[in-house]
Amino acid sequence: MEAERTAQIRFTLNGEEVDVFFAPYKTLLEVLREDLGHTGTKHGCELGECGACAVLLDGKPVLSCLVLALECSGREVLTVEGLSADGRLHPLQDAFADLGAAQCGYCTPGILVTAKALLDANPHPTRDQIREALSGNLCRCTGYLQIFEAVEAAMIKIAEKKTEA
Amino acid sequence: MPERKESTKVSQVADSRSQGEDLRVIGVPRRRVDGRAKVTGQTRFADDIFLPRTAHCKLLRSPHPHARIRKIDTSRALAHPGVYLVLTGKDLPMQYGILPVSQDEQALCVNHVRHVGDPVAAVIAREELTAFEALDLIDVDYEILTTISDPEQALATPEPRIHEYGEEGNIHKFVALEFGNVEQGVAEADEIFEDTFFYQGSTHLPIEQHASVAIKDPDGKLTIWSSTQTPHYLHRALAKVLEMPPAHIRVIATPNGGGFGGKSDPFNHEIVVAKAALLLDRPVKICLTREEVFYCHRGRHPVLMKFRTGVKKDGTITGMHLRTLIDGGAYGSYGVASTYYAGALQTTTYHIPRYRYEGCRTFTNKPPCGPKRGHGTPQPRFGQEVQLDKIAEKLKMDPADLRLRILESPNAVTANFLRLGTVNLTECIRRVVRVSDWKNKFRKLPEGHGVGIACSAYLTGAGLPIYWNKMPHSGVQLKFDRGGGVSIFCGATEIGQGSDDVLASIVAEVLGIDPFDVRLFTGDTDLGPVDLGSYSSRVTLMAGNAALQAAERGKALLAEAVALKCEVPKERLRFADKRVFDSAAPDKGVSFPEAVCLAEARFGTIGTVGSYTPPESPARYKGGGVGPSPTYSYTAAVVEVQVHPVTGWVHVPKVCIAHDIGRALNPTLARGQVEGSVYMGLGEALMEEQEFRRLPQRLSHALVHKFPSLLEYKSPTSLDMPEVVTELVEDPDPRGPFGAKEVGQGPLLPIMPAVANAVYDAVGVRIDEVPITPEKVMKALADKKAGREPRFGPDHFPHINWPEALRVPPPWEGGDGNAVNDVHREKPRAVKEKVLAP
Repeated sequence: MEAERTAQIRFTLNGEEVDVFFAPYKTLLEVLREDLGHTGTKHGCELGECGACAVLLDGKPVLSCLVLALECSGREVLTVEGLSADGRLHPLQDAFADLGAAQCGYCTPGILVTAKALLDANPHPTRDQIREALSGNLCRCTGYLQIFEAVEAAMIKIAEKKTEA
Repeated sequence: MPERKESTKVSQVADSRSQGEDLRVIGVPRRRVDGRAKVTGQTRFADDIFLPRTAHCKLLRSPHPHARIRKIDTSRALAHPGVYLVLTGKDLPMQYGILPVSQDEQALCVNHVRHVGDPVAAVIAREELTAFEALDLIDVDYEILTTISDPEQALATPEPRIHEYGEEGNIHKFVALEFGNVEQGVAEADEIFEDTFFYQGSTHLPIEQHASVAIKDPDGKLTIWSSTQTPHYLHRALAKVLEMPPAHIRVIATPNGGGFGGKSDPFNHEIVVAKAALLLDRPVKICLTREEVFYCHRGRHPVLMKFRTGVKKDGTITGMHLRTLIDGGAYGSYGVASTYYAGALQTTTYHIPRYRYEGCRTFTNKPPCGPKRGHGTPQPRFGQEVQLDKIAEKLKMDPADLRLRILESPNAVTANFLRLGTVNLTECIRRVVRVSDWKNKFRKLPEGHGVGIACSAYLTGAGLPIYWNKMPHSGVQLKFDRGGGVSIFCGATEIGQGSDDVLASIVAEVLGIDPFDVRLFTGDTDLGPVDLGSYSSRVTLMAGNAALQAAERGKALLAEAVALKCEVPKERLRFADKRVFDSAAPDKGVSFPEAVCLAEARFGTIGTVGSYTPPESPARYKGGGVGPSPTYSYTAAVVEVQVHPVTGWVHVPKVCIAHDIGRALNPTLARGQVEGSVYMGLGEALMEEQEFRRLPQRLSHALVHKFPSLLEYKSPTSLDMPEVVTELVEDPDPRGPFGAKEVGQGPLLPIMPAVANAVYDAVGVRIDEVPITPEKVMKALADKKAGREPRFGPDHFPHINWPEALRVPPPWEGGDGNAVNDVHREKPRAVKEKVLAP
C-alpha cells in the first residue's frame, strides 16, 4: 500500500543527479520546493496562469505547476538556483539586479529562466521577441520595461563574452 | 545591437552635484542592496519557510454571500486520519480590525457570514491535502439571509443588517464636510459643471499568495512569519485576539512578493495559524490559494461620484461640491479612512476656495474593500481630471494651459487645512507637454488617435498614525561594528518597493560607506523599533528621516573621536569613500573602521537611535486627521491612445509622465516605481475589475466573484506595456531625507483620467467610468452616430439623506481649522485611541 503512495525518480537538477521520493500526484513545482528544498522557484496560482513557477525542462521553459514530477525521470531541470556558475552570477542575474528588473523579486526566478531559454535559442532577440517570450510571465511591480532592458543588457554582455572566448 | 526604440530616459531638474553637494550614494543609479537575493531566488518569502514537524492549515469558507450559522459540526473532520485540530469561531471570538472604530472581524465567523469566502472553520493536519479533504467533512447549517449586492440596494435595504454597527441600516459611514459656502461659490461662477462618474473596483493581484507560518518558540512565546505590509498592526491584532501580552508575540514580516496595499490588514488566516501553533506546540503553516487571495481583497472601492464645480471664464474654480457613494464590501477594513480620503486631496492640486464633500460607504455582501495603491484617491481624481477636460473644452482652453493657470501654491494651506510642501506641478506639466509634443498633437491627430493629460497629488506618509498617540511613526537603531559594518534595525517592511535600500543608502551616504557594508534587520517586531508599516507612501520620508537622524548621531560620535586623534576641528571632517578625513587636507584621516574603533575606545559601544514624528496638522475638525502629510508628491501625465473604430479596442502606444519626487534616492528604483504605477494605472483604466455575478437560480443563486483567477481577471502583460518616458522632477523638499518625497503611489493617479481624456480626443466620446472597455467605447460610438449624447457612464446619483455638514471656514475666511458647528477640538492628537487613517 505504502509503495503505491510513493514514487521515486532520478533526474538532473541544475547539473547534479538527484534521487527523490514523493507522493505520485505531486507536481514538479511541489517536489522542487517541498521535497528537494529548492524554494527559489515560486508559485502564484498553481494553475498555469502566472508564469512564476517557470523552470527549464531539457532547456525549454515549462510551468512546473503543470508538470507532474513523474514525467521528469531521466530529464534535465534547471531552476534559478542553477543559473550562476563558478561563484558568479549569470549575466541575466547581474543585469536584473543592476537595472531594477527585480522589485519584489517574486516573479523574477521564472522570468530569469524564461529569458535564459530565449537567449539560448536566439542570442540577439528584438524587443518584440523579448516581449513575446515573456508574455506568459506576469509581473505586477515593474511595468516590464526595466525587465526588457535587463535582458538586452545581458544579451550584449553574453555576446561580448563569446567574442572574447 | 538591441532595438532601443522604447528607450526610457530619466532627466533631472538640478544635478545635486552642481549645488555644491558631493553625494556619493544618494541620487546615483545603483543595484539595490537586496538585489542579489532577489535574482538568485534566495529572498525568503513566507511560503519558502519550511520547518520540521510543520502542520498545514486550510480554511472552510462560506459558499453563501449572507447567512446565519445555525450549527457547525466538526466531529467527522476531527476523526479524519491525519487531522490534528479543527477550530471554529468560538475558539477565537474576539473582534479585531485594522481601524479602532471598525473592530468588526472575527478570525472565524461565529454566527454570521457576510460574503462568499468568509472563513467559518479551520482544519490543521499533517498534510495540506489531508486538511483540504477534511474541509468536506465539516457540516455547517446555514440560514440564508437577503444578499445586499450593491450600494443602492444597501441604501434601500436597511434590514437585514450586515453589521450591527455603523450609521444606520447598511450604511457604514457618512462624511459631510464643508469648507466655505459652496453654493455661494458656485453662484459666482460663469459656468457650472455637473458630472457623474463611476470607478469600478479592482484588486491588488500580488503574484505572491498570502502565506504565514507560526510557531510556539522555545521560550513558549509566539513567533509568526507572514506576508504582511504592517507587522506592527498585526502584532496589535494578535495580542488582542489571542489575549496575550504583546511582549510574548514576535511578528516577522517576510519580504512581500508584492503588496500594493493588499497585505496591510491583519488577516484571519494569520490569527488562525497563530492560535493553532500555540495549541499544538508545533509549526503551523498556511498559504492561500489564488482564489482565496481574491476573497481577502481589501482592494479599490467601487465609487459612484458626482462633481458639481463652478468656474470663471478664465478657468478659476469658484467652488466644488463632491458626493461619493462607496461600495465597502462586507467589513470595515480601512473603509472609514477610505471614505475620508475620497474627499481629501481634491484641494491639493488646484486652488479651490470653497469645497464641500459628502461621502457614504455602505456594506455589501462582497469581499471587503480597503487600501489599494492611491488609497481612496484615484476614484475622485479620475472624476476631477475628466471634468477639468470637459471644462477646458467648454472654455475653449488647452487643458494643459488651464491646469497651469489654477495650480495651488507651494507651502499653501488649502481650504480643508492641508499644509502643502514643495509643489512642482508647473514643471511636471511643462515637461510632459514638451516630451509628448502635446502642442502638435492635442486635437490635431487623425481620427482614432488621441492624447489626454491629467495631474495628481499624493501623500508622502499619513500625518497621523492609525492609533492616535504622540510617539514617533518610525524608529531606527544603528549598531557600529569594529570592522566597519553598520547594522540597521527598523520595523520598516520590504514589499518590493525598496524600503531596505532607502535605509541603507541614507545611512551609507551620511557615514561615507558603501550601502553593501550595511546589514539590515527590518520588519521584525522583536529586533527593531516600531515603524508603522509600508502604507501611505510613508517609508522614504519617515523611516528615511529616522535613519538620517540615527546616522548623523553616530557620525557626530565618530567625528569627535577622530578630531581628537587627528587634531582636526571636527567640523572640517568629511565622511566619504569609507574614510574620515580632513576636508582641507584629504590625506589626513583614518579609515572608517578605525574611526569606529576610536569612537568605541572613547565612548564605549557605539549605537545610536533616530526617530521621526510628523509635524502637527492645522486641521482640527473631526475627520481632519485624514489627508495631512508632511509633504505631497505631484505628477502630470500625457497618455497617447489609438482607438479601433470597429472593435472599440483602446491601444496605448506611449505614456509621458513627470513626477515631482523631491529627490530620487536611487533613480533606478524611482523610475521602477513610476513605470510600475503607469502599468497598474493602465490595468485599472482599461481592463481590471473586481466584478461579481449571480450563480444560476437552479444552483444557489449566490453572489460570487465573477472570475477569481489570474487568467480571467485581466491584467496587462508584457505585450500590453507601452513606451514610457519618465521625467523625475528633482527639487529637494526640506521635509524629506535629502529632499526626497514619495514615488510609489502618486504616479498611478493621473493615468486613468489621462486615458479617458485621450479616448475623447481620439474619437469624441466620453467614457465617464473605468475600466474603459471596448464594449463601452462601442456603445458610446453608436450613440454618437445616432446623434445621442456621445457618452458612456452613470446617469444618476441616488438620493441620500446626508447628515448636516461640519462647517469649517477656510483659512482665507478666518478659519482656525475647527468646525463652527461641532465640539471644539483644540488638539485631535490628544484624543487617544480614536480612528485615524493610514
